[in-house]
Amino acid sequence: MFRNIGEMVLLFVATVKALPWACRERRKIAEQLFDIGNASLFMACVLSLFIGGVLSLQSGPVLVENGIGSALGNLVAIAMCKELAPVMMSILVAGRVGSAMAAELGSMSVYQEIDALRTLAINPIRFLVLPRVIAISIAVPCLVVFSNLVGWLGGAFVAAHNDRIAVPAETFFTSLREGVDPGDVVNGLIKSFFFALCAGVICCHQGLTTQGGPRGIGRSVTKAVVNSLALILILDYILTRVLLPFDNGFFA
Amino acid sequence: MSDSRSTGIPLKVRNLRKSYDGRVVLQSMDLDIAAGEIFVLMGPSGSGKSVFLRHLIGLEAPDSGEILVGGERVGPDIDQTRHRLAMVFQGGGLLNSLTVEENVGLYLREHRLKASEEINRIVLEKLALVRLGSDDAGKYPSELSGGMRKRVAIARALVIEPQLILYDEPTSELDPLVSLTIGREIVNLNRRIGATSVVVTHHVDLAMGIADRIAFLSEGAIVALGTPEQIRSSPVPLVHQFLNAEFKEA
Repeated sequence: MFRNIGEMVLLFVATVKALPWACRERRKIAEQLFDIGNASLFMACVLSLFIGGVLSLQSGPVLVENGIGSALGNLVAIAMCKELAPVMMSILVAGRVGSAMAAELGSMSVYQEIDALRTLAINPIRFLVLPRVIAISIAVPCLVVFSNLVGWLGGAFVAAHNDRIAVPAETFFTSLREGVDPGDVVNGLIKSFFFALCAGVICCHQGLTTQGGPRGIGRSVTKAVVNSLALILILDYILTRVLLPFDNGFFA
Repeated sequence: MSDSRSTGIPLKVRNLRKSYDGRVVLQSMDLDIAAGEIFVLMGPSGSGKSVFLRHLIGLEAPDSGEILVGGERVGPDIDQTRHRLAMVFQGGGLLNSLTVEENVGLYLREHRLKASEEINRIVLEKLALVRLGSDDAGKYPSELSGGMRKRVAIARALVIEPQLILYDEPTSELDPLVSLTIGREIVNLNRRIGATSVVVTHHVDLAMGIADRIAFLSEGAIVALGTPEQIRSSPVPLVHQFLNAEFKEA
């Protein structure tokens, strides 16, 4: 395990060192961004809509019973932008895109494509890892913004149409506007950027270190997804703790 | 065998050792390969032939010993040396996400060595050398037969204008006729560009047909070394068995 962590840190450092090449790799970055968007956007929309709806459904009746139903928009919005959208979008992308990255790089390792790149004096980290890590680190925060908006709509819809809640959309969005400042959104974006970075590096590392044919590729994909999910959740606590002192309007 | 030997480079291997998890794969190998020579490595499966080849191009680091390619040590700064070397992998090692044309021109494009039109011209020229046409240039590796994939891999290696070409099982999984074509390509290329060639193969006829010299490996050590005629008359029992192996019903 410690060897794996060490290798991942080295891969991350090598990727950072390759950053000056990012401009040259812009076509591959754009292709990856397109692939990530294509694979995730619809699912992100569905997930976010239902997450927002469930938040309203769970907390709405309690708030209404206590006479603070008008604060529902605030609660749903904060929960979405600071916690649920960053975590859920990162998990979604790690599952759908990260697994595909690990499988693709794993297959390239097994079928000697990466060795072939080395023999052509082409750095596989610059050629394969850099575009993927940059693309995933840009795509996830973008998906989080999208997820926030869809989640808020889902929450507002349920709040307005559920008989036990019955908070009008206007009240919901007024509470949302008053309660959420740009800092809360930025907080979620920072978290999602780091989640994506970690998922990207983990999935690429698993792919590059694949051994043992098709079975090895399957093992790598499983490890890539499981490790990414575990690290996203661990990192979520650490980043939330680190960003807590900045909560009172630092980003606003 | 080789007429033109202007661009080949010699290869020296000294005391090369490699083991994986305590299992010795290469034991103290010493070898000299002359510039422009077609040198064939033969031996049973698991005898260390492919591992040896991977050491020559820096894909593996030895436990001890050294490899000198054209007088330069293969080491951490291998990328400089790699511009003089090329390797044709057992499965071709073509990037499946790229077309034949993109695969063959990859080296020139990534290192920005030529203008785009020039690269296209060179790619078609190298494809023609291995008897592939411009019709094949737009195909993906998955659309090619095994023999065509190998020839594309050879074309990609040629783009480097290498002084040393390493072939790992160039005729594996190919029928005898395609194997013959690949063997002829290796000899023709060697004559045309004069590069030193190291070929790993199990294919006895191919080895005997193309080699200037043959080394026979067993358990990570060279047990026989010489011209095809010398190898044919080798007194080593394993070599004799290997060369004369044929199926007989018990």
